[in-house]
Amino acid sequence: MESREVVVKIRNLYKSFGDLDVLKGVDLDLYREENLVVLGRSGTGKSVLIKIMVGLLRQDKGAMEVLGREVSRLNTKDLNALRLKIGFSFQNSALYDSMTVRENMEFPLVRNIKNLTKKEITFKIEELLDAVGLPQTINQMPSELSGGQKKRIGVARTLILNPEIMLYDEPTAGLDPITCVDINNLINEVRERYKTTSIVITHDLACAKMTGDRMAVLLDGQFNSMGTFDEVFPQAEDERVKSFYDYNFIHS
Amino acid sequence: MAEESEDKKPLLSKKIDKFFTGLADAWNFVRRFFQEVLLPPYEFKEVIHQCYRIGVESLPLISLTGFIVGIVFTNQSRPSLSEFGATSWLPALISIAVVRAMGPLVTALIAAGKVGSSIGAEIGSMKVTEQIDAMEVSATNPFKFLVVTRVLATTFMIPMLVMYTDFVALMGSFINVNKNELVSLSTFFVQVFDSITFLDVFSSVIKSVVFGFTIGIVGCYKGYNSSKGTEGVGRAANSAVVMSMFLIFIEELLALQIVNAIRGM
Repeated sequence: MESREVVVKIRNLYKSFGDLDVLKGVDLDLYREENLVVLGRSGTGKSVLIKIMVGLLRQDKGAMEVLGREVSRLNTKDLNALRLKIGFSFQNSALYDSMTVRENMEFPLVRNIKNLTKKEITFKIEELLDAVGLPQTINQMPSELSGGQKKRIGVARTLILNPEIMLYDEPTAGLDPITCVDINNLINEVRERYKTTSIVITHDLACAKMTGDRMAVLLDGQFNSMGTFDEVFPQAEDERVKSFYDYNFIHS
Repeated sequence: MAEESEDKKPLLSKKIDKFFTGLADAWNFVRRFFQEVLLPPYEFKEVIHQCYRIGVESLPLISLTGFIVGIVFTNQSRPSLSEFGATSWLPALISIAVVRAMGPLVTALIAAGKVGSSIGAEIGSMKVTEQIDAMEVSATNPFKFLVVTRVLATTFMIPMLVMYTDFVALMGSFINVNKNELVSLSTFFVQVFDSITFLDVFSSVIKSVVFGFTIGIVGCYKGYNSSKGTEGVGRAANSAVVMSMFLIFIEELLALQIVNAIRGM
């Protein structure tokens, strides 16, 4: 694993909001075409980590290198160029609710790739809607879609720019168990089909087990344990990691 | 300990601190608008779309209000003028009142309620549902796409709406005057144009531009800085209206002083 190309390198990363220290010296290497699952309880800074990765937030201290570029040192133009290589699937899908599905998908495409014909744009949109299994929704408004459909369209929208890295923020939050499995399958399909490197932020261990090559548990602002699912769980020594596992697989 | 020491701070200083921080934030927002408006890429298509939404979609409400203002103001002014046998001055009186003050003020207040609240709520809801972040990570400048376009649209369209309101209010007034004083359309408008000056029209347009800018920037600022979920969206829409109206009255007062000073020269 270690001989593979590192696409995201995080070193000694700190971030606080007022008096609240969220990240306290995070270190991480993410390898090409790997699916890394970041687990942790709510408010532990999982989403903060990936928001720093795309420049939505800025770290207080430490290094965040994505595809060989230190994110905090990039100017707007270079940051936007880097963002085109990263797909960000938001927790609530973040579809533009005043636009149809087609317009939602067109928006990043026409603004970032010039000289595309209408035919090419439609072909690309239809291809991705087919890939996420929702070709019939093309003219629908986001308000007409279910939670699972919104997530799928959100993923399709991020894939339209052919990203190298996919960031999934709580992809299964608020969905029923069957839709969760569909979304987990979609995450795996995206990796296989588009050869993406992914970070999946979740506190759902079933999702983690299905989608992750490696797990990283964020506790007290640092990665407490890292490894495959079986290495991190179920024989976890740390009580907090153990209780996390017990709650997901025994109590529920 | 930290909490204890914070509790000891007087409430007034916190409020003053918050006030000045808010003022600095608002100033930075306005400054950013003027920086971004000059830099490419220019969002012409979105500006035109917003002009349509703000201008054309406001026409029914503006038409009705302007027309009623014209009729009511004429009706209310008649008794006072008739005491001096001066009802023939009605077109002059109404035109001065409408062009100098009522047209811009009524239009701006209606637009603050209709357009300002809608901008505040729309951008606020985009903020709390992470749509603005989604725009940013897809390498689109959300400030330029959402804020600059809307502020330009209100700045262009409110003066147009004001001129339209002036016309509709004068038409309302004409119908009333025509019915009661049997004044013809041409006589009415000859009196109207005789009584208003270039300075009246010019100051009305400039004032409307300022009102339009105020409505747009306040709505966008409140929406862009909203938080705390749906409650925050409602609060953003509400405070966009209240703040816009407050600023419009202050601007009207300042404009009056400036125009009077120019007239006195």
